[in-house]
Amino acid sequence: MSTADADDLPLFAPSKKVYPQSVSGPYRRAKWIILVLCLGIYYLLPFLRWDRGPNLPNQAVLADIANNRFYFFFIEIWPQEVYYFTGLLILAAFVLFLMNAVAGRVWCGYLCPQTVWTDLFLAVERFFEGDRRERIKRDEAPWSFDKAWRKSAKHAVWLVIAWWTGGAWVLYFADAPTLVKELATFTAPLSAYVWIAILTFTTYSLAGIMREQVCTYMCPWPRIQAALTDDDALNVTYRYDRGEPRVSVKQAQRLRSTGAPAGDCIDCNQCVAVCPTGIDIRDGAQMDCIQCGLCIDACNTVMTKVGYPAGLIAYDTDDNVKRRQAGQKPVYRPLRARTLTYAGLILVVGGAMVYQLATRKMADISVLHERSPLFVKLSDGSIRNSYTVRLLNKRPESRPFALTVSGPAGARIEAVGSAATADLRPVVTVEPDSSREVRVLVTVPADVHLEKSQPVTITASDLFAGEVVRAEDHFMAP
Amino acid sequence: MAEQDKHAPQFDAATGQSTTGHEWDGIQELNTPLPRWWLGIFYATIIWSIGYWVVYPAWPLLTDATKGVIGYASRIDIAQDMALLKQERAAQSKALTEASFEQIKADPELFRIAMAQGKAAFGDNCAACHGVGGGGAKGYPNLNDDDWLWGGSFAEIQKTLEHGIRFAGDPDTRVSQMPAFGRDKMLDAAQIRAVANHVRSIAGLSTEPKADLAGGAKVYADNCAACHGDQGKGNREMGAPDLTDAISLYGMDMASLTETIANSRNGVMPAWRQRLDATTIKALTVYVHSLGGGQ
Ligand code: SF4
Ligand code: SF4
Repeated sequence: MSTADADDLPLFAPSKKVYPQSVSGPYRRAKWIILVLCLGIYYLLPFLRWDRGPNLPNQAVLADIANNRFYFFFIEIWPQEVYYFTGLLILAAFVLFLMNAVAGRVWCGYLCPQTVWTDLFLAVERFFEGDRRERIKRDEAPWSFDKAWRKSAKHAVWLVIAWWTGGAWVLYFADAPTLVKELATFTAPLSAYVWIAILTFTTYSLAGIMREQVCTYMCPWPRIQAALTDDDALNVTYRYDRGEPRVSVKQAQRLRSTGAPAGDCIDCNQCVAVCPTGIDIRDGAQMDCIQCGLCIDACNTVMTKVGYPAGLIAYDTDDNVKRRQAGQKPVYRPLRARTLTYAGLILVVGGAMVYQLATRKMADISVLHERSPLFVKLSDGSIRNSYTVRLLNKRPESRPFALTVSGPAGARIEAVGSAATADLRPVVTVEPDSSREVRVLVTVPADVHLEKSQPVTITASDLFAGEVVRAEDHFMAP
Repeated sequence: MAEQDKHAPQFDAATGQSTTGHEWDGIQELNTPLPRWWLGIFYATIIWSIGYWVVYPAWPLLTDATKGVIGYASRIDIAQDMALLKQERAAQSKALTEASFEQIKADPELFRIAMAQGKAAFGDNCAACHGVGGGGAKGYPNLNDDDWLWGGSFAEIQKTLEHGIRFAGDPDTRVSQMPAFGRDKMLDAAQIRAVANHVRSIAGLSTEPKADLAGGAKVYADNCAACHGDQGKGNREMGAPDLTDAISLYGMDMASLTETIANSRNGVMPAWRQRLDATTIKALTVYVHSLGGGQ
């Protein structure tokens, strides 16, 4: 066996430029609608207002990094609640898995930002440089004024879109109208410009230049997807049982009249021409295919034109093609253990999140026992423990909390530097939408029998709104 | 095909793709090289990294390292940050310096600043003897309790911090000297034992079976009551501890008491005004006062 020296091999793949042709049909239409919706939301959402009362930002969706808050319509997330995002990510993962189990790479073909922006950029390219054939011809032709202005105009519009994409991104991190004004007058913080520059660059290069190579070489999802799929998941499939052997319409008639086999694929290559990743679906399922369904639209157009039934390329499974070949009925099983499990998991996680959110406290308390010293003996022999108590007020108004303690008999509670109510409960007032730390002393009289350690509960009750939060800790004694 | 041209490209029969020529158990590796731009980025990052060697400190030398042309050092950053911090905190410091203890107590923001500063200063200066949380140890008072040798008001704590206790280097230091009754032959062993028993009895503790309590009471009245008081309640003017409460600095068992009476203790605390500025001492006072025992 001979071994070619690996060093002699080309280090890079000769990149073949893809010239996707325009196409129309239901899948294309669905993709346009999704594109307009997604980009519309992305570009305009920062400008949506949401009244939260005084002192709080009125932007519907805002990641307020400086103040450690995240606002989403009626929800205000504190840093310690970022597990909501974990929940969202888990939910997103299950939705992705479910889509994948039902109809393959729905995400890739219709929803992924890479696909959406590439689609938009391709539309711009088509607007300035024409459709596939014209673009190929112009690219082969020598430079001319026509070629130059069309290319420059395309790149210019690309850059504007890319810049606008970065611009919209930073608007999620500050009050949008203010930031727009600052950006326009060059008084915005440097980081805003830097982020816009970074995202302009990534959008321009990912959607304009790298395009399908991102999916083929960079993205982990196709690899994961391949491991997650099963035989019942629908995929964009070329039904070779019906298509092969490929012959022209005329020849097919001739062959059929003699009783010889003839397929429906007339080998027009339209499916290849429209493919955004430049592959031939007739080679079977392949990793480069983002399952956008455009070849279905292209093929159906051709089939209708030549008078054949549509659906030579369709959402189907390889197993069904084989079944048809063997003269059996195709089997579709959208409801199966896998899809039901994912759906169930989505319900569980989603339900848990809704429940969490609905029963969410607007106040919180955390208690930290002082470790040095663990306890203090006072001159009358009583035992005192100290705690650092942090009270959290998520409401937009300041709230007084009264502290009480339960556990060892006769326990008294004081908060250093705070006054007390008539019934000796110390009152700690927490400013709106913030937290406050107080040193709390719990004292148990000398005559109460104490173990080395016993549970103690510290309770904070909002004096007006009545909300009650409590935390448990220990009371230590000699 | 052993002696075929080594450099002729091999092709995979099924896909027609060129192979790397590597083969394992009959499985050949297809040649699917990286795209050009990808490789370009890889090389570009390598070249970029060379810039770091030149610009930043990078190469270790025998005793040092290359400095880098812009003279960057994280130490300089820290110095700048610290200076900046000081500047930013100047206003707070000023407010703290000027405020009275009553004002600090009444203003939550000032109180918070004083506490933070006091806590940091306590960790740096006081924790070595008094413990991280002021819990104390034998001979080093627990600052969390309500038993004060020299007084637990803001003013008294501040004075103790500034001038120390029995600190030779400060003329205004707090002084009191309990005699070493045994070592200096002022009392004999029997008297010491008797007075120790007497002290235990007024503290509500058990005494030895054959203790000479009457004798002890007399020794106490003659030698101790002047400072510790007739009832043994102590005297903060002289830093004389209350002998009857549940707290003692050196222990109330017979052995410790005997040792204290015979040789005396007379612990020392430094005068911090020599090392800390007035604002820090003020913050420390607020912090210590807040630990639980402040009066
Ligand atoms: S392969 Fe990756 S980048 Fe391409 S469309 Fe799918 S998810 Fe998006
Ligand atoms: S083969 Fe068809 S479905 Fe796959 S990427 Fe190309 S056009 Fe889209």
